[in-house]
Amino acid sequence: MSSVRRSIGSRLVLERSDFPRLLEGLGIRGYVTVGPVVRDGAIVYGPISRVEDLPIGWTDRQEAGTYRLERRDDGALFGYTVGPHSWKKYLFPAHERLWTAERSPEGFHILPRSEPEPRYAFLGVRACELAAIRIQDRVFDGAFKDPGYHQRRSEAFRIAVQCTQAGNTCFCASMGTGPRVEADHDLALTEILTGSAHYFLVDVGSERGAELATDLPLRPATEADIRAVDDLLEKTTASMGRTMNAVGLRDLLLGRPEHSRWTDVGKRCLTCTNCTLACPTCFCSTTEEVPDLDADRVERWRRWDSCFTLGFTHQGRTSVRTSASSRYRQWLTHKLASWHDQFGTSGCVGCGRCITWCPVGIDITEEVAALRKEEPVAVSAGGTR
Amino acid sequence: MPGKARPKVGVWKFASCDGCQLTLLDCEDALLELSERIEIANFREATSTVTEGPYDISIVEGSLTTPEDAGRIREIRGASRVLVTIGACATAGGIQALRNFGDVEEFRRAVYARPEYISTLATSTAIQEHVTVDLELRGCPIDKGQLLEVISALLHGRSPNLPTESVCAECKRRGNVCVMVAQGTPCLGPVTQSGCGAICPSYHRGCYGCFGPQESPNTVSLGHRLETLGMKADDRLRVYRTFAAASPAFRAASEDAERKLRKP
Repeated sequence: MSSVRRSIGSRLVLERSDFPRLLEGLGIRGYVTVGPVVRDGAIVYGPISRVEDLPIGWTDRQEAGTYRLERRDDGALFGYTVGPHSWKKYLFPAHERLWTAERSPEGFHILPRSEPEPRYAFLGVRACELAAIRIQDRVFDGAFKDPGYHQRRSEAFRIAVQCTQAGNTCFCASMGTGPRVEADHDLALTEILTGSAHYFLVDVGSERGAELATDLPLRPATEADIRAVDDLLEKTTASMGRTMNAVGLRDLLLGRPEHSRWTDVGKRCLTCTNCTLACPTCFCSTTEEVPDLDADRVERWRRWDSCFTLGFTHQGRTSVRTSASSRYRQWLTHKLASWHDQFGTSGCVGCGRCITWCPVGIDITEEVAALRKEEPVAVSAGGTR
Repeated sequence: MPGKARPKVGVWKFASCDGCQLTLLDCEDALLELSERIEIANFREATSTVTEGPYDISIVEGSLTTPEDAGRIREIRGASRVLVTIGACATAGGIQALRNFGDVEEFRRAVYARPEYISTLATSTAIQEHVTVDLELRGCPIDKGQLLEVISALLHGRSPNLPTESVCAECKRRGNVCVMVAQGTPCLGPVTQSGCGAICPSYHRGCYGCFGPQESPNTVSLGHRLETLGMKADDRLRVYRTFAAASPAFRAASEDAERKLRKP
């Protein structure tokens, strides 16, 4: 085994029976491994200490506004698509204390962050999710560096998993973010189940990945193994449940601020914030000061916020976007249009979470298709506020 | 603040179950600290010692159901610098606002041996329908953390952090799996105001709306979804006629369900 080369670009095979060795290797290196677990009727991300913690033999069935867990007829470890959680809950937590200040005779002073950031190993990161992390990097780890995000992000070990099936609300192929993992992984696994064989093709993507691989009993991948991976990914691409025509979308959306579809979707939208908080790229937050009763000590907390709340655009005495349609339009045109101007990419990776986890099943791909339809005359002169 | 007299606080009860006042007594460790920061000038639930007004802060629990109370709330308002309403009764009329949908005369005759002893209004209404309210805390009962936040904010002259977004926002921040999407459980979370910490969905139940409507509730769209999930018109009527039945948004939603019930 030791004669097998393990370096960036190596393609190797790990037997399912040896999978626990991967978790052991992460543990020995001091990583806190987090990954998919079954909880409350869904596959969410949580702590993984042994292979049995993974959703073995489970899959999901998703539709707009609906998610159901189902049993598979095999023992696949990764036989499902993305669930309600995304890795942003670790890199950009829902609640985070930014700093603490204490009153002193001289005024007040800010205490340094004392808690060490956890060293995560993310197990089971999908191609669309790696793309989402890249997008959030531009927000938190680009010209401006959020110290907590930067540290968690640079420490995090990323074990990607190739999607060998697509969900009904998936459209990563349309957004050019998947299903194949091509970059930003330390290791990428493709799970292969054929007859009695159950193994993983392991792509080494980094020096760290190569170093971890030295602990694993691996054999070089054969032509047949590589063909099996290509076939699986081709099948996944062909079975995407949704498509979105992203060509020229920026100009199209920004050119249709008065399209009647905005009013239509505004009638259905609950302004409940679910889409934005389930989205792996949405990064909006608010901060609040939490003092003790004597105000001798105050903590500044950041928490997830959403462009669907009235408070989000509260200026002076009122909100700038009072109607649901104006808030939906703001979200969609930012995500798919002005995001390009701000960050040089689309803000959508095609994971489908906003479709599945919208309680009333508003489908971003359907809305975009409707907005693409030209209207004969301008509908309203009053504007959508 | 150092050197400043402790603000005088009055706690007042109208038609209610006392549960929200008890939340103040339930503040445990914070209560001792609180008692050093404020002067309890009127709080019958806690002490028989009563100090005359005016009051810096009045905390009002309960809804208005009698002609006497309609006068009393004006007196309290007049004697208070800041008036905070607490709980579903004070902010939305409470469960007793179900009378607003019925015939109070008929109830009086049916329930009481001597109906003439009963002096009551035909409706149960929120405090803000009678006097100006500076701050409101929703819920049945209110959230302890929100109560302390308001008192702390008033002590230091800052705005309290009281989000008016939906319960869904709290669910998502907690990492809860949506009970409606993943289990098909009817839930009022999308139209209900946050502040409770999404307690019910955290225990795999649908939200039953005790915090009343969120800042921009879309009960029509949610109604269609509840219908698809198999919730019949009479159940939709009932789910909106609980703690915040008299809030304009939930009232409209229950009346809409009622119309559908009559003309299916």
